[in-house]
Amino acid sequence: MNILVAISRVPDTTTKILVGSNGRNIDTNNVKFILNPYDEFALEEAIQLKEKNGGKVIAITVGPAQAQETLRSALAMGADEAVHCKIESEFDSNTVAVNIADYAKRMNPDIIFMGKQSIDFDSLQLPSLLSEHLNLPLATIVTKLTIEGTSVKAEREIEGGKELVETSLPCIISAQKGLNDPRYPKLPDIMKAKKKPIEEIEATTSDLFVEVVGMELPSKTRLNKMFGSEDADINEVVRLLHEEAKVI
Amino acid sequence: MKTIFAYLDSVNGTIKRTAFEIATAAAKLKAEKGSEVFAIAVNADNSIAEQVKEYGIENFINIKSDLLAKFSSQATAEAIFQAAQEKGADVFLFPATSAGLELAPRISAKMKAGYIADVIDFKFDGDTMLIKKPVYAGKAIITNKINTEVKVLSLRPNVFTAVKNPAGSVNFVDFTPNLNNENVKAFVSNTFKNEGKLDVKEADIIVSGGRGMKDADQFGIIEDLAGTLGAAVGASRAVVDAGWRPHGEQVGQTGKTVSPTLYIACGISGAIQHLAGMSTSKFILAVNKDKDAPIFKVSDFGIVGDLFDVVPKLNEGIKKIKG
Repeated sequence: MNILVAISRVPDTTTKILVGSNGRNIDTNNVKFILNPYDEFALEEAIQLKEKNGGKVIAITVGPAQAQETLRSALAMGADEAVHCKIESEFDSNTVAVNIADYAKRMNPDIIFMGKQSIDFDSLQLPSLLSEHLNLPLATIVTKLTIEGTSVKAEREIEGGKELVETSLPCIISAQKGLNDPRYPKLPDIMKAKKKPIEEIEATTSDLFVEVVGMELPSKTRLNKMFGSEDADINEVVRLLHEEAKVI
Repeated sequence: MKTIFAYLDSVNGTIKRTAFEIATAAAKLKAEKGSEVFAIAVNADNSIAEQVKEYGIENFINIKSDLLAKFSSQATAEAIFQAAQEKGADVFLFPATSAGLELAPRISAKMKAGYIADVIDFKFDGDTMLIKKPVYAGKAIITNKINTEVKVLSLRPNVFTAVKNPAGSVNFVDFTPNLNNENVKAFVSNTFKNEGKLDVKEADIIVSGGRGMKDADQFGIIEDLAGTLGAAVGASRAVVDAGWRPHGEQVGQTGKTVSPTLYIACGISGAIQHLAGMSTSKFILAVNKDKDAPIFKVSDFGIVGDLFDVVPKLNEGIKKIKG
């Protein structure tokens, strides 16, 4: 089974976001970048499938030079090969989709995985874009995956419940937390990952479909009223919620 | 911006609440740009036309196909695309729901159009549409422009308040798309509702527990308080990772982003990744024994004390006013 996993490089979840000097991006000083957390579930599922069925797992990302660190993380988890689609100019999701789709057309994977969303722009659009570009069926936000022969059953999370999506290989799956427990790379894995190959290809650039023109931090002033835990305090909080805030 | 397609999410022929928000946003575009608005639904009940008329919709396209009896985003997007070709649609509005978030990018790919997801506001600077969306789970907000002539947006639910503005009459048309089995290679074969449990995304009030709960068994007091308030139960990443609560309840950057009218955080210290998911709540009440916990900085009301003592007392106090 040949498996392609699309991954991305994002700021760590503990990052305090500040606006950079251009007013359009985040200030990346002192920001630690990590492998997108949802991509870990995608990689784990891919690696487990490979361990069961044979074949190989290729991780791919589109981005500047630093993206190679993220590919090394994927290799340390257990991906066999990595592809770095290099781009230094500004790019949007369409460019990412076009480049990953181009690679997938050459590789012809049995299944393509990715995290349900990148925790930077939170748009959840890449899985659907790839499905369109490759004309492959798709299940998104998947928490349980069963593959028998070429038949695929995927449980996906929806508002207030779950859906069962039925499809067949080849297909695209976007992973939600709960799909599996991603493995933690051990030191020897990290050392081995340094020797695994990273193929470099130049990304095809295209006109930007969308552009960021500004970035701001949300501002909300809070009442910051503090209380102890005496009965009188609690009664007063209940009264404020009821009479002042009118939320209960 | 001549022709707007407004997609109405429907379940078993009945439209969801987000449909009225989409209709209202479409009406706003129409008022500003004089666009013609078409509401689109799939295999919908005819009564929907009357409902959306209340929100200013004058044209309603009901896409009818047996192949769409089971939801397939691939087939639905193809059907919408075909209708769009016929009507010359150049703006598409979807709800940012589990269905809309699959359909909108598909339409953007088919139309070779720019797409902004999870939009919370849009306005015009001359002819330029400036579109705002949260990023980094709400830690920042970006303003975008779409460079292509055709524009696709998905709108965050509960942000675009539905406003009634009745239209005179509704022009109701059925549209039969040209679909085949190739379009439904993936389809929804079954749906499971979380019985009796309110989802944090849909709740007006959320009562969340964090590491301070100490144990999965202790969540009874959270569930009791949530029961009294008709609230959903939420959880921090720490307790979900510990296996105390299901992932569906996780609030934060790797869980759900919520904005209820009241968020009650119990035993949650307030890690940045949690705050990102709930800081747009209208009011926040925090209960924590550590007076220096970061959660208090973003709270309207803070109670410093032992949550095992405070939460049941809160419950009793609220029961009294609820009579």
